[in-house]
Amino acid sequence: MDERNVLEIRDLHVIYETDQDTVYAVNGVNLTVKKGKTLGLVGETGAGKTTTALSIMRLLPKKIGHIKSGEIQLDGRNVMELTEGDMRLIRGDTVSMIFQDPMTSLNPVITVGKQIRESLELHKHGRSEKEIDARVDEMLEMVGIPASRKNDYPHQFSGGMKQRVVIALALACEPKLILADEPTTALDVTIQAQVLQMMNELKVKLNTAMILITHDLGVVAQTCDDVAIMYAGEIIESGTAEDIYEAERHHPYTIGLFGSIPDMDSKAKRLNPIPGLMPDPTNLPAGCPFAPRCPRCMDICREKKPETTRFGTHEIKCHLFAGEEKGSAPE
Amino acid sequence: MKKDVQAERAVNELEVKKRGQLSYIWFRFRKNKLAMLGLILLAVMALICITAPLYLSYEDDVVTQHVMEKFTKPFSAGHILGTDHYGRDMFARIVYGGRISLTMGFAIVALSLLIGGTIGAIAGYYGGVVDNILMRIMDVLLALPQILMAMAIVAVLGTDIKNLLIAMTIANIPKFARIVRSAILQIQGQEYIEAAKACGTKDPRIILRHILPNAIGPIVVQATLQIAQSIISLAALSFIGLGVQSPQPEWGTMLSEGKQDMMLYPFVVIEPGLAIMLAVLSFNLMGDGLRDALDPKLKN
Amino acid sequence: MSTPLIETRHLKKYFSTPAGPLHAVDDVSISIQRGQTLGVVGESGCGKSTMGRTILRLIEATDGEVLYNGENILKYNRRQMQEMRKKMQIIFQDPYSSLNPRMSVADIIAEPMKVCKTLPDNKQIYARVNELMEIVGLAKRFVNAYPHELDGGRRQRIGIARALALNPEFIVCDEPVSALDVSIQAQILNLLMDLQDNMGLTYMFVTHDLSVVKHISNEIAVMYLGQCVEKAPADELFRDPLHPYTQALLSAVPKPSLRDRSALQNVIKGEVSNPVNPKPGCRFAPRCAHACEKCTCQDLELKECGPNHFVACALVNQDKI
Repeated sequence: MDERNVLEIRDLHVIYETDQDTVYAVNGVNLTVKKGKTLGLVGETGAGKTTTALSIMRLLPKKIGHIKSGEIQLDGRNVMELTEGDMRLIRGDTVSMIFQDPMTSLNPVITVGKQIRESLELHKHGRSEKEIDARVDEMLEMVGIPASRKNDYPHQFSGGMKQRVVIALALACEPKLILADEPTTALDVTIQAQVLQMMNELKVKLNTAMILITHDLGVVAQTCDDVAIMYAGEIIESGTAEDIYEAERHHPYTIGLFGSIPDMDSKAKRLNPIPGLMPDPTNLPAGCPFAPRCPRCMDICREKKPETTRFGTHEIKCHLFAGEEKGSAPE
Repeated sequence: MKKDVQAERAVNELEVKKRGQLSYIWFRFRKNKLAMLGLILLAVMALICITAPLYLSYEDDVVTQHVMEKFTKPFSAGHILGTDHYGRDMFARIVYGGRISLTMGFAIVALSLLIGGTIGAIAGYYGGVVDNILMRIMDVLLALPQILMAMAIVAVLGTDIKNLLIAMTIANIPKFARIVRSAILQIQGQEYIEAAKACGTKDPRIILRHILPNAIGPIVVQATLQIAQSIISLAALSFIGLGVQSPQPEWGTMLSEGKQDMMLYPFVVIEPGLAIMLAVLSFNLMGDGLRDALDPKLKN
Repeated sequence: MSTPLIETRHLKKYFSTPAGPLHAVDDVSISIQRGQTLGVVGESGCGKSTMGRTILRLIEATDGEVLYNGENILKYNRRQMQEMRKKMQIIFQDPYSSLNPRMSVADIIAEPMKVCKTLPDNKQIYARVNELMEIVGLAKRFVNAYPHELDGGRRQRIGIARALALNPEFIVCDEPVSALDVSIQAQILNLLMDLQDNMGLTYMFVTHDLSVVKHISNEIAVMYLGQCVEKAPADELFRDPLHPYTQALLSAVPKPSLRDRSALQNVIKGEVSNPVNPKPGCRFAPRCAHACEKCTCQDLELKECGPNHFVACALVNQDKI
């Protein structure tokens, strides 16, 4: 594993098995998160974003969710080989998660200060009681909540404040990687802007790497260094933010996604949506998963899965660009 | 242009398979082995009880005393479950007792569901003062011990199967009123109720067409469990002599009659006891299975 | 100007809470011309959904008037209202809770026609159901499907077909796309715009999403804590937002482009409070960077400071007039 990376995922396959059918949620995902950088993982409902994150935490729903194959290297350790006990030590310490709904991710009967304390006590790293207390105050102040409110219960905070507490909780043990699953989707725009701004500042200050899972290309543009776009369990395009937002070549799905966003600055009245729907994850098409909706679909797209084509840091998984490879970084 | 059409068609082919609601519930229920066991036991019991007049004579086998044959051991010729202290066939008495127990169980629940459900629906839908008055009355009813109230009513009206039915129905009404009311309150916040109001749908139609079909799950479960409860209560009332009167056979009555001889001939109480247990158990197993099968949260 | 199809005059809806009356909608006057769309924008708790429902009389107003073609429908009795309901319908936000899970697609769409008896028999009703499904782009094979078998976009199409079943003139769209994925969102927005063009529908489009509202609206009203703080033609509002809250709202939307990365720098502080027993004056003042004494001493009214551009802000009025 590369020293500069905090997370490397290789060829991850995850399935959900129920009595009736098998859902192919993640199909061969490769991801790299560099130290201190933010990766935006973009996709629509059911694209497999959350499943990928839960696989990193090894928190897939028991009995139903299985990692079929692949490798997850987190901070130099292979997550798949760790025991459940080791995993518990890593969660909240090396890697922590921020969930979409701040209302349900805090325990309603414990004060927020205590909740942050608990996490710090689990991962002590030789801190004394006093140091832990100081750290609780410091964390709250850091996310813009007066330390005097540490004895309040979650219901005494508004939605935006609760999400700040959740972020403080996630950052308390100085994790190397944060998995933020739609952290601002449940918030109002002005509050979302506040939280995003705060996350941007903390990221620089603490040098924490982050995977930001979202469906909002606007949020990604404002916060992320790298971007990966998921569709039906595959990463169909990835690269730096510049590659995704400013390069000329794109996966047709990416183009469709951008076309679907109502643009506040443009005059156009009609939007250009992608026709049709995401394929049924229990019954994926043989070739490219986007082929059935793709405006530039060719015969080969329906038969064969496309290989990844690299343009420097920019990677696209589409037959349109097969053979065009140039300036690819040596493996 | 042609490609677009093709793309659309390809997507459509991947459409989710259609599956009716009832068959979906049945599918989930069938997977629950214990619930299926309950259902099968119940079906067998019901079949035996319903067809009883075809192979047993009420007069000869159930009522008429054959003192010569008293306390025949189980598994002997002609009396598979033995005979009681009057020489009456235990199997025949248990089967005829089951006819009463099961019918009464269903009748009590059906009646109290109808009355209690209506009260609960009105209270939940209209809320406010109506809700307050109705539910406080229910609270008072609920505060009285069920058996005690049934005893009081039977004592006043006399021991008769019809009075028994009235007594136990009244005792069960508040439970159904509560469950229907809470189901309705939950569904009322849904937007499809508002949609129905937005096109001027009248209240009874909203309750019958939009609310009740969606509230049916918890109600059915409660009803199933309540049948079991009623069978026990009926047996208990009969046991203390306020229920079904001898010589009419009933499981509780049989227990009561057998209790003098249970030291020497334990089968005379074990058999009706087992019958009560089996019936109650199968209703409970089925209720639990139904609860799981109907719970939308467990879908997928 | 001709009589607007829908007009509210000093519309008020207060909910009683243990802490005092909650001013969900407080003295809002808006109007929508036939065939036009009014976008109502605001954050959660600003009263935008309550206003939509109050206009449709799904919630009874506390005070004020709702004029439909110039007639105050708040004074209508049950029977008159029943007739009125055929002309105004609503499309909901949540495509999951807005459809009765125990009814098939055809029955859901047919229900309003059965209730209002607009068509004489079932044969004609179901013929109309087929027609409606075609209009909203639902394939015929879904006729007997149940909502849980369909995805969010298709469910929302069912909701739209149901709203169209009675041939309404006016539809309140309550966040109809905010629960949908972006690619599906665009499909539904296009459908709503097509329907408006073809049937001459009038929309009140309630949403928290500014980018969506610009696309579909002719005019936009911005709401904050129960009050309308700014009202202007859509293009005008985006070109020249005057109220500090509108400006904050516009700059808070993350733009999908790397050029505007600095936009998050000037974010407004503070959070939306509850309009319970509100103090007089501008309700945005506690969060406003430009607030002064003038803002909190008296209630502000909407004042015209450009063609059809109304603002309720003490400072803006002072500058312009």
